[in-house]
Amino acid sequence: MSLLDELEAESIYIIREAFSQFQRPTILYSVGKDSSVVVHLARKAFYPMPLPFPLLHVDTGFDFPEMYDFRDWFVDKIGAKLLVYRNEEAISKNANPFDLGTFNCCDLLRTKALVNALKHFEVDAAIGGARREEEKSRAKERVFSFRDSFGQWEPKNQRPEPWNLYNGRIKKGEGVRVFPLSNWTELDIWSYIERENIPIVPLYYAAEREVIVRGDLLIPAVQTRSGNGLLPGEKVEKLMIRYRTLGCSPCTGAVRSTATTLKEIVAEMMETTISERSTRVIDHDQEGSMEKKKREGYF
Amino acid sequence: MDILRFSTAGSVDDGKSTFIGRLLYDTGNIYTDHLAKIKKGDKLSLAVLTDGLQAEQEQGITIDVAYRYFQSKKRRFILADSPGHERYTRNMATAASTADATVVLIDAEKGITTQTKRHSCIASLLAVPRLVVAINKMDLVNFSESRFFELEAEFTKFAEKLSFKDVAVIPISALEGDNVADKSKRTPWYEGKTVLSYLEEIHLIADKNSIDARFPVQVVLREGTKRFFGGSVVSGGFSVGDEVTILPSLETSRIKSIIKTDGKAIDRASVSSLVNFTLEDERDISRGDMIVRSHNRPHAVSECEAMLIWFDEKPLSLNREYFVFHTTKQTRGIVRELSYLLDITNLKRKNADTLGLNDIGRVSLELARPIFVDPYDRNRGTGSFILVDVETNQTAAAGLIIERFSEKDRKEEIIRKQGHVATNITESKGEVSRVDRESRLGYKAKTFWLTGLSGSGKSTVSVALERELFDGGRLVYRLDGDNLRHGLNRDLGFSDADRGENIRRTAEASKLLNDAGVTVICSLISPFEKDRKMAREIIGNENFCEIYVATPLSVCEERDPKGLYKKARAGEITGFTGISAPYEEPKNPDVRIDTSTETLSESVGKIKQIF
Repeated sequence: MSLLDELEAESIYIIREAFSQFQRPTILYSVGKDSSVVVHLARKAFYPMPLPFPLLHVDTGFDFPEMYDFRDWFVDKIGAKLLVYRNEEAISKNANPFDLGTFNCCDLLRTKALVNALKHFEVDAAIGGARREEEKSRAKERVFSFRDSFGQWEPKNQRPEPWNLYNGRIKKGEGVRVFPLSNWTELDIWSYIERENIPIVPLYYAAEREVIVRGDLLIPAVQTRSGNGLLPGEKVEKLMIRYRTLGCSPCTGAVRSTATTLKEIVAEMMETTISERSTRVIDHDQEGSMEKKKREGYF
Repeated sequence: MDILRFSTAGSVDDGKSTFIGRLLYDTGNIYTDHLAKIKKGDKLSLAVLTDGLQAEQEQGITIDVAYRYFQSKKRRFILADSPGHERYTRNMATAASTADATVVLIDAEKGITTQTKRHSCIASLLAVPRLVVAINKMDLVNFSESRFFELEAEFTKFAEKLSFKDVAVIPISALEGDNVADKSKRTPWYEGKTVLSYLEEIHLIADKNSIDARFPVQVVLREGTKRFFGGSVVSGGFSVGDEVTILPSLETSRIKSIIKTDGKAIDRASVSSLVNFTLEDERDISRGDMIVRSHNRPHAVSECEAMLIWFDEKPLSLNREYFVFHTTKQTRGIVRELSYLLDITNLKRKNADTLGLNDIGRVSLELARPIFVDPYDRNRGTGSFILVDVETNQTAAAGLIIERFSEKDRKEEIIRKQGHVATNITESKGEVSRVDRESRLGYKAKTFWLTGLSGSGKSTVSVALERELFDGGRLVYRLDGDNLRHGLNRDLGFSDADRGENIRRTAEASKLLNDAGVTVICSLISPFEKDRKMAREIIGNENFCEIYVATPLSVCEERDPKGLYKKARAGEITGFTGISAPYEEPKNPDVRIDTSTETLSESVGKIKQIF
């Protein structure tokens, strides 16, 4: 079996387990490339039947405009059911990363919002696109990751997963995050998107875009309610860039690139020497910040 | 490109983190932003690359299985890395459960430690096919050839009792990069592969079970009136047109089509592929059922023997319910008996009342519904299960099914094979009873069951006992294990199941002879408590005398009257009791004799005393 066939088979097996073992499984749909792959795999898992569960988008209000356009087009195209959840309370108080700092802002608009969304929609299995290779604390993540009734992740209280026997038994109010892409690498994702011709947000392709150059980082120039995000001495430049990973527009770094097709992106990925998450501003907060967020319920 | 999964275990001292860092670094799998963090001057601190969670970093230990991904020009690797301390047996077992190979590290200065042994034994228990023994820190012993071969010989001797397909011993220095990915110039006396090239060249398909076609149904998909049965081919393979049997219903049909998840039809699905089947006939099939090829079926068991690796802080409770997850099936089960606890560092057995966290023990499991199993060492997919605590939902244990099935299941199996039902057989009663015969003869016929190792003196004692009883006026007959294997039992081998059947037939024959008024002396190794218990049940408790010929293994091996121990030690015979297969000592024998300390007439005298 080829690498991609083997990964695909494992992922579909996991998605089918989630479907079989839970009452209300839901795909956590961030609109990013990994989410797109999860949705594609889930559709394959139940073909020729329609997708048997909805997509849930936890919306911070800060996603790139292109992402909202893509989301609506894509959901309509595949005929899926979309659930959207926003932490309206925090948004109405003008929560933003410039005033609160990335860590606190994420906590409110992503972590708290996600935990509340799962409670609100009574989701018992949230299927997400996280990969173990992405980040150190994820390297030990389970495929069925247990969360207590507060949505919290306790590294010491995770269930061992020998073979492919996934234990999805939970009590009311508890939940499981299911990670079918656990064993995929970023290169696998791109190779698979290319092979299966999976639609993705155009921001992943290189184009001339306005950015702020800050040290090693390329930060998208976006107008927000609290200003333009420029530090003294900085200016907006137009550069040929693309995004390797997508999140909130103020907190997502870009990379210089000329890759305008999937083939070129895959070729670029094979050559790349820097990690994916180094382009995310949030990880620069403090060492181990991801682990902290996860403990509190972050995806 | 394909995927090889391997596991490692060890502590900070073995240089395991440095080894993994080296492997990632030398295969070009470290991003520059990560590299920047590990460079201290011109030195690389490779170990930092694989450090885990903050809490663990503070304690200076890794406490869980961490998965790493890297790739060489030939292959993708998934490395499951776990700590090596006894407290983390469950993590080691989890890491080994899916591994195609295991790498153990030995510090060349310190030599083979308990931890090395424990890790090797766990990998062997979990049926990892291949073991790589990396003798690390060769730089600290000046790449000494003699030190390497000394350690290699010591390890090879230890590994004789393990069940790997292959063991490769490789001299390395993870710190300086010798023989990890690049061939070292400092070990000219070593002609083997580097660790990386060994892992790259493993032929994966050869290590998989491609014989027993098993397809546990995971989902049933519908389109109009059409039904598709989705799942993974756990072992073997299926082709369109194959005659299949559905378990548990035992209905048969043929495979009409095999469809990939993209909707394309294919002719054949081989091991590990995930596909949907349609069948020629309409059959009622649901998740947890199993589709198998009709001429090669797994055992349907409602009781089984298994090794359990205990995962939970809460210890095993006998006679209490657990959920059982086996393939795609979930049922409930009860652990009825704990035969022994296994010390994984020396494979010795101990009596125990329960299993605690990280303990390994052999149990009898009773199931609410039958599951369809193969022995774990033959089929990891259908031989494995987990127990889940019904109150806390914690994963309580990993289970490995042992090839020995209960009397009840064996009977059902025979019925299934022969296609008729036992309830149609009625016993024909005669006019002459056992009591009639006994009153004519003037004594009660009994069975003396001699159990013990090969070479313990069972046959010698039997022959002498037979003579004495016969001379004393009794009708007596000897059933000797070896002799029976020439006739009645000549179709049986030495697998656990065949050993069980051997005992069953011998016990049935003894029962008939006893019934006819003949006293019987059986001499069989009969290594398993459960089989002897079965013999006792068949023959009847009041007629059965268990005689344990307890001559020590060392004496038996020295005697070696048939040269079998020598062959077993050389690996020419597998599954040899005492060497490569276990002997469960009788807990309460009626008589215990030891031919290494007693004369023959003393032994015979002890047996005669119980009349």
